[in-house]
Amino acid sequence: MAFDHQTLVAFSKSWGLFYLIALAAAVLVYALWPSNRKRFDQAKNSIFDKDDRPGE
Amino acid sequence: MVSGLTVSERRLALVVSGLLAVCGLAMAVVGRNDLLGTHGFVVLAFSLGIIALVASRYLDPEPSEERLSHYYDEPTKVGIVLAMVWAVVGMFFGVWVAALLAWPDLTFDAAWASFGRIRPVHTSGVIFGFGGNALIATSFHVLQRTTRARLPDQFSPWFVLIGYNLFCVLAASGYFMGLTQSKEYAEPEWYADLWLVIVWVVYFLIYIRTLQRRKEPHIYVANWYYMAFILVVAILHIVNNLAVPVSLGHAKSYSLFSGVQDAMTQWWYGHNAVAFFLTAGFLGMMYYYLPKRAGRPIFSYRLSIISFWGITFMYMWAGSHHLHYTALPQWVQTLGMTFSVVLLVPSWASAGNALATLNGAWHKVRDDATLRFMMVAAVFYGLSTFEGSFMAIRAVNSLSHYTDWTVGHVHAGALGWVAMITFGSLYALVPWMWKQERMYSPALVEVHFWLALTGTIIYVFAMWNSGIIQGLMWRTYNDSGTLAYSFIDSLVAMHPYYIARTVGGLLFFAGAVVASYNIWMTIRMSRRAEPAVQGAADMPAAVAIVPGE
Repeated sequence: MAFDHQTLVAFSKSWGLFYLIALAAAVLVYALWPSNRKRFDQAKNSIFDKDDRPGE
Repeated sequence: MVSGLTVSERRLALVVSGLLAVCGLAMAVVGRNDLLGTHGFVVLAFSLGIIALVASRYLDPEPSEERLSHYYDEPTKVGIVLAMVWAVVGMFFGVWVAALLAWPDLTFDAAWASFGRIRPVHTSGVIFGFGGNALIATSFHVLQRTTRARLPDQFSPWFVLIGYNLFCVLAASGYFMGLTQSKEYAEPEWYADLWLVIVWVVYFLIYIRTLQRRKEPHIYVANWYYMAFILVVAILHIVNNLAVPVSLGHAKSYSLFSGVQDAMTQWWYGHNAVAFFLTAGFLGMMYYYLPKRAGRPIFSYRLSIISFWGITFMYMWAGSHHLHYTALPQWVQTLGMTFSVVLLVPSWASAGNALATLNGAWHKVRDDATLRFMMVAAVFYGLSTFEGSFMAIRAVNSLSHYTDWTVGHVHAGALGWVAMITFGSLYALVPWMWKQERMYSPALVEVHFWLALTGTIIYVFAMWNSGIIQGLMWRTYNDSGTLAYSFIDSLVAMHPYYIARTVGGLLFFAGAVVASYNIWMTIRMSRRAEPAVQGAADMPAAVAIVPGE
């Protein structure tokens, strides 16, 4: 199969648009999903736990 | 450092540095009629030095099993020292190369001291030498603390740290000799590039293996930034350096790409080096050391995730803004410009997140120069990303491109953001690593802060003025439609700004020297303290100083 330049340009322009929008949506959903809140709160406070030894 | 290795790890170190010595010897032999041979001797001497170091301690007792209940911080400590050595070297050459523009005779008629050779020594010295070592050192520290797991073994961190510095030495010594593949920030030739790939893959594997062993269920966001930095820099480095050497006995190589494709690949690399080497990695530092030092969790963890993915996916497209008004297709330029403008969103999200974290801790910022370094870094991150988005707009770029404005923009990021966050993180990290209450001299941290801030402001303002005057002079036409100023006219107009820039750079360099002294004295302080503590436990209670006490 041979693609000409125009086809490739059209594909890359539209594909870039769609996959970036999809990714942005996925990231927003993941970050704002209510049940993830507890995990994120734990994570952001975890750096203040005792950190002078590796975990058991 | 050797006595921390087990016997089998010591043997592995000897085998690996032996193989490296053989490679160096081979390079010296096949490249004897070429500068490749000189680099062969450099590699040979370097690896023989490592062999001597390992062999001299080979018979030391093995480290006890007890070590596994501690984090492995030796490579971090050595990495901090190496970062400061490169900071002083790289910034020294920066001052020199800046002075060279104001006083061109400062080459002293030596070929190695010409502008084109010492300029990459400066850029690679500070970006890769100082920045890279600081990233490796802090990433090992942050990775272990946030996963609550020890590094997977003792050998590979040394391989990464020492191997990476061999790459830096090859790069810098090559530039002095005139070896370059003429790609900005990717000047080292093919054999050095191949070596860096090996080192970098091992670095990535350390990260993966430690994450596999983690005791903390969630991977803290700083690690995402560090991982993106390692992974993307590997991809960028490999693709941009695809090249065919003239022969295996020759240092010179030719790029696999040609013409505008080569330019596009180079700036895809170049701008993403800014994104992932100079931004993602240092954001990793910021997301750990800033909350830690301020004693407050990051303002919004969710925002940090969103800005992470924003930066990761949008930066990839921005590189073509370096090629406005070139043979690159117009739509590719527009694409780069658009993404550069949109990038402002995740960049400001990170900068705002950092500053909002400090909200409620401003009294600490006022009292603590270390935290102030980090605060100023976040401010400069916000300022220089705004400027970057602005300069990527085609109409603005027509004024700014090829002028000192670009140089000023880069240094607002490099001095104001990258170096400030690094110094802030190191000032927080050094007392933790060497088990001290504080730095040797908090007053010197304060001195360094003001030197660095003053230097940055003088530098950036000089380059803004200089660049805009330069750009305006280049585009001013007279009534008959010809250029109003010759190039030399614009050069004469630059002269006072070049002197100001040298002064600004000198202040910043002086700050780095002060920091090195302070860090070194902190290390000595810990060395003095150790025997005293042991001695105290061994000895009977001291005689009362005051009789009858």
